[in-house]
Amino acid sequence: MALKHVNAVVIGAGAGGGVVAKELTTAGLSVVLLERGKWYTAFDCRKDDLRNQRTTVLGNAFGPNEERNPRVFVDEQGQEHLVKPSDGAYNNNAACVGGGTASYGAMAWRYMEKDFRMRSTYGTVEGSTLEDWPISYADLEPYYEKAEWEIGVSGDDGNNIFRSPRRRPLPMPPLPPNREYEILKPAAQRLGLHPFDIPMLRNSVPYNGRAACMRCRWCVGFACEVDAKNGTQNTAIPTALATGNCELRSECIVKEILTDRQGRVKGVAYFDSGSRLQEQTADIVVVSGSANESARLLLNSKSRLFPNGLGNRYDWVGRNLQGHAYAGAVGLFDFETYDDLGPGASIAICDFNHGNEGLMSGGMLANEFIRLPYQFVGWRAPGVPRWGQAHKEYMRQWYRRSMGVMGPVQEMPVFESRVQVDPKVKDYWGIPVARLSGHRHPNDLVVGKFLSSKAEAWLKEAGATTTWPILPGTGLSGGQHQAGTCRMGDDPKTSVVDKYCRVHDVENLYVIDGSVHVTNGGFNPVLTIMAIAYYASENLVKSWKGTHAAS
Amino acid sequence: MERACSLSRRKFLQTAMIAAAAVGSGVACAGGRSPWRYLSLDEARTLAAVCDQIIPPDEDPGAAWAGAVNYVDRQLCGPLRHLRKSYRQGLAAVDESSRLLYGADFVDLAEAKQVELLSLMEQGRAPKEAWQQSSSEKFFGLLVDHTMQGFYGDPRHGGNRGGASWKMLGLPYPPIRGRLHYDGNKPDDTARTFVRAEDSKVK
Repeated sequence: MALKHVNAVVIGAGAGGGVVAKELTTAGLSVVLLERGKWYTAFDCRKDDLRNQRTTVLGNAFGPNEERNPRVFVDEQGQEHLVKPSDGAYNNNAACVGGGTASYGAMAWRYMEKDFRMRSTYGTVEGSTLEDWPISYADLEPYYEKAEWEIGVSGDDGNNIFRSPRRRPLPMPPLPPNREYEILKPAAQRLGLHPFDIPMLRNSVPYNGRAACMRCRWCVGFACEVDAKNGTQNTAIPTALATGNCELRSECIVKEILTDRQGRVKGVAYFDSGSRLQEQTADIVVVSGSANESARLLLNSKSRLFPNGLGNRYDWVGRNLQGHAYAGAVGLFDFETYDDLGPGASIAICDFNHGNEGLMSGGMLANEFIRLPYQFVGWRAPGVPRWGQAHKEYMRQWYRRSMGVMGPVQEMPVFESRVQVDPKVKDYWGIPVARLSGHRHPNDLVVGKFLSSKAEAWLKEAGATTTWPILPGTGLSGGQHQAGTCRMGDDPKTSVVDKYCRVHDVENLYVIDGSVHVTNGGFNPVLTIMAIAYYASENLVKSWKGTHAAS
Repeated sequence: MERACSLSRRKFLQTAMIAAAAVGSGVACAGGRSPWRYLSLDEARTLAAVCDQIIPPDEDPGAAWAGAVNYVDRQLCGPLRHLRKSYRQGLAAVDESSRLLYGADFVDLAEAKQVELLSLMEQGRAPKEAWQQSSSEKFFGLLVDHTMQGFYGDPRHGGNRGGASWKMLGLPYPPIRGRLHYDGNKPDDTARTFVRAEDSKVK
């Protein structure tokens, strides 16, 4: 029996799709929200240091299923690897209700004005498809505010003299400072830098009917024990469901987007939780599967009118895959820095996002999230043996006397860094899998080196007796911060969606997630994904002219 | 002193294993006579000796006492199932290397010789005859990673007995602070006092 026609199908219940579902359903549209993962509650969020979203040595805890969802990864030497979700080369983003927001660290950054005008700021860059966004910071500002207040952000960027203008302060104060904050703040000030409290999608006080952070050490990579971390799974999606207009179907794998003879989309074919093939028709389809999977789905949706996949007339779908080249430093101290207070990350500077002498691009720097012992094993000073008595003494001596300062380099988009569909490998449901290939732009490494030198200087000023740099590699970048594969632009020949996230040549198909980012900021991208979702949904609702269903 | 201690522990383990084997091998995922799930008795003994060089016992427990072997054995029947062959070949090659170089099994070597052999493996300079099917460097990498996981990881996975490594690092138990400390009152040193009051270090 055919499923009941709805106004919109939203594919992916993450940062983007969750917000879209909420905006459309509160405007009165009927929505089916399809999610390939499960809905985890705070009670089954296993606090497992070897199996979570950040440390995956025993698997990943927030999806996708390890055995059913392979990908092909092509390394820089051109060698193909069949990879599973827990493998770093998979470039995974969580697959569950809430997507990455169910287990993330929850930094809530607004991009800066210049981040939307990278081409105008730095000019043409060889080997890069660097471009300005078709929208500006000012266009998104009201929607950043909406995300901050509706989803819930704590922090205080009042001391960030580099921030772009905001009309309204954050709704919640920052958490009280931890010890790292107390040490790093005066050090930054002595260096003439401008430290401030990181904005976080985390309750510092009770908010939206949920508790405040209890400051445990199980933070980034885990779902929150007391539900104080704000993602779409505990904000936008419950709101959407409460309207009565939204049906959330989890563990559903979309096979392809279906088109009619006029070149409009008419719905999706998907496998339900029992692996039965279903067809859901809709007036509108919104793809919010995150940069890798959104591109894969468009490329897998081939038809007579769209032989190369939807939105792919000019071969831009899947291109410009980018994430963040993380750079920074670790420092060892002769006094205790560890105070067992989560989330740990607390203080940041934006002194090096732009205007770095002789350099293009930059990134923010912040102290690292709180570390569990197994994670600290990787923080080995140069020259220290990785095993034996020396290892053990190192752990005992430095676990509680160390700090890390890291930041995401805003990457230069590279056309050859891309998502394709693999011609041979299929997933459990018989759908061709994503094939990832490419590399970082050389500039990312130059800027990474610069940022890490600044991180080292900050740690030294804070009293570190030993420091060493953490530098990014040259390999493809597209993990949790994946973006760029369905670029937003005014010219259909050099982009995939228009400035309202609508696919250029398909009137009723939208891509609303990090895929549309032209560039990815020197910041964690989630608040921007949410803001774009609010912004694009508002335009979608405005242009909504009622259903096309013949009833 | 340490040797004597670990020997008597080994004796104890053997006895316990035989007892467990007599009861039945329903837990074993690979069948066979070993009370371990996948490893044979000899493999487990070799692995324990390796683990105790990777994280040796001193005033704090070593990796073998903390259950790193149990961790590996359990994961070889779970998420690390795909590494079974690596372990079977690798542990055999460790002993073969040991016999070739020193004329005795790895467990029977003096500590200095054990460290020497592991260093050779780490540098890819272990006897080629023993490592025709696998790379000693790679296998040693696995041993280090899994020993770290078995020592520092959550006890639910079969290692880190009693949170031994967490105690060593001065991390308070329970792992989820809120369950015992949810009073909003957080003096800086609550954590450490808690550990010290609760139980002094495991010897």
